Amino acid sequence: MTKSAQTSELYKKLETIARDLRILALKMITEAKSGHPGGSLSAADMMAALFFHTMSHDPKNPLWENRDRFVLSKGHGCPILYAAMAKAGYFPEEEIYTLRKVNSRLQGHPDHVRFPFIETSSGSLGQGLSVAQGMALAAKLNQKKYKIYCLLGDGEIQEGQVWEAAMSAPKFQLDNLIAIVDANNGQIDGHTRDVMDLDPLKKKWDAFNWDVQEINGHEFSEILTALDRAQLERQGHHKKPHMIIANTVKGKGVSFMENNIEWHGVAPTSQQRDKAIEELLKD
Amino acid sequence: MKNYLKINPGNQKASRAAFGEALVHLGEKHPEIVVLDADLSVSTKSIGFAKKFPDRFFQMGIAEANMIGTAAGLALSGKTPFLCSFGCFVVGRFETIRISIAYNQVNARIIGTHAGLGIGEDGYTQMALEDIALMRSLPGMGVLQPADAIETQSMIEYLAGHHKGPVYVRLTRQNLVSLFNEDYEFHYGKGVLLKEGKDVAFFATGGVVYNSYLAAEQLEKKGISPTVVNIHTLKPIDEELIIHVAKSHKQLVTVEDHNIIGGLGSAVSEVLAENGIGTPLLRIGVEDIYGESGTAEDLYEKYGLSSNKIYEKTLQFFQS
Repeated sequence: MTKSAQTSELYKKLETIARDLRILALKMITEAKSGHPGGSLSAADMMAALFFHTMSHDPKNPLWENRDRFVLSKGHGCPILYAAMAKAGYFPEEEIYTLRKVNSRLQGHPDHVRFPFIETSSGSLGQGLSVAQGMALAAKLNQKKYKIYCLLGDGEIQEGQVWEAAMSAPKFQLDNLIAIVDANNGQIDGHTRDVMDLDPLKKKWDAFNWDVQEINGHEFSEILTALDRAQLERQGHHKKPHMIIANTVKGKGVSFMENNIEWHGVAPTSQQRDKAIEELLKD
Repeated sequence: MKNYLKINPGNQKASRAAFGEALVHLGEKHPEIVVLDADLSVSTKSIGFAKKFPDRFFQMGIAEANMIGTAAGLALSGKTPFLCSFGCFVVGRFETIRISIAYNQVNARIIGTHAGLGIGEDGYTQMALEDIALMRSLPGMGVLQPADAIETQSMIEYLAGHHKGPVYVRLTRQNLVSLFNEDYEFHYGKGVLLKEGKDVAFFATGGVVYNSYLAAEQLEKKGISPTVVNIHTLKPIDEELIIHVAKSHKQLVTVEDHNIIGGLGSAVSEVLAENGIGTPLLRIGVEDIYGESGTAEDLYEKYGLSSNKIYEKTLQFFQS
């Protein structure tokens, strides 16, 4: 097989995985009767790339010391994390139906103590990048090569703590920290532009001295190229943390959910779920 | 009992200073210790560690929430972070402590210095007066406040090595009179008897333990037999000792440089009420008001935490 044939094979594989993750997320949210479909679907392609291509991790040895760490700072997007973990083999797939039910490890927002394979609890927005930074500092102190990935929401970065971390990570030259903003332009009260404008987003992170890339968060060619670039070792004293601004569509893959803010935090009915799955399988 | 006692007014040190020295000493033995500060290392005394172990010290700037989250990430990676600031500033970022440290149940040691009215001239905005109340409300969070330098050292040594889970440690700006000798050993969750009597019992914590002790000595001159208990662990509180003391005394007094709501006075009241003990209790502390500027001595006089004021209030309470 030629290199380009291999590449297109890979993209196809990841597209199928991303589709399956979307379906799993919708199934679990429907069963739970609550949850956040919009921001789960927008992040699905990045999650597929991270968990099924880029990250070094071992579902059979979840706490492997040298694993890459994944921090879901936008904790409300956890259905897509649970979907990725279930599909990767961290827990049996049927467990997804315990989401948001009493005694479940799959809390409405990620819970590290109930489920230690999740690197940190999150859901109170704005905290994950700082926690990821602490993990990156520890990796440097221990001279470990693993990377720390942190997925943020675009609405989330309205939190001031994010900008405290934006200032400090370049100071500590944390080139092992790879942050991704799922820029789906939506938040509970409306379009990010109307709620609290984030533009110019790339310029902001540039100004804070991050290595910034802006991509289409649904194109695997762009996602993988950006993630590969973020792995490159830089020499000298200008090691920067990485920021990938992934432009995405809230509710991606389901026509009636796409760019409709109503689907930020509402569960589909079983009929809506079936219609959504039908659409996803047709593509 | 009391062979660990050596009260020496000539020997004084702030608990923040004892903390800083202890950290430098422990850094060698415990390579997993890391220290973070938010531009107050000169004041919190983390600067000694910063100089000796620069690779394990992180200057976070004036950004406490980010310091808290970063400490959580370090702890989730096997480190033992001591994160330092004034008590009011670090506890002020309650929501970040609540999720990143407390809910994650990590081995972070939150160091809050400049506790209470005792900081003096800087005034209310720099005074931690509600920090114990907030930290007590977090499940699994230990809340500690040492009464002198020796106790501070022993406490920090314990936290460096053995303790699992998050802890808040409240330290003073002002010098504290030495209460203990080198044989003293800190025991997490255990109250410490400084004086044993039978009439009135003081439960005191932190910088006002010594003032309570002096007040007790004045009461003795009036023919009243006082007990003084140092409560260095506000959570988990020593229920057994409180019940025992409450049942064997006529009256109880709590003394703290903190709002009487949510602090030691509340913690003792909860133990008494839940165990059906009706011994009358007087809560001495900051009476649900804001502090102000002044020398620590003037403030303690005005707000009722000087040894004289503690004595007067207790005498009045005892005679009522």
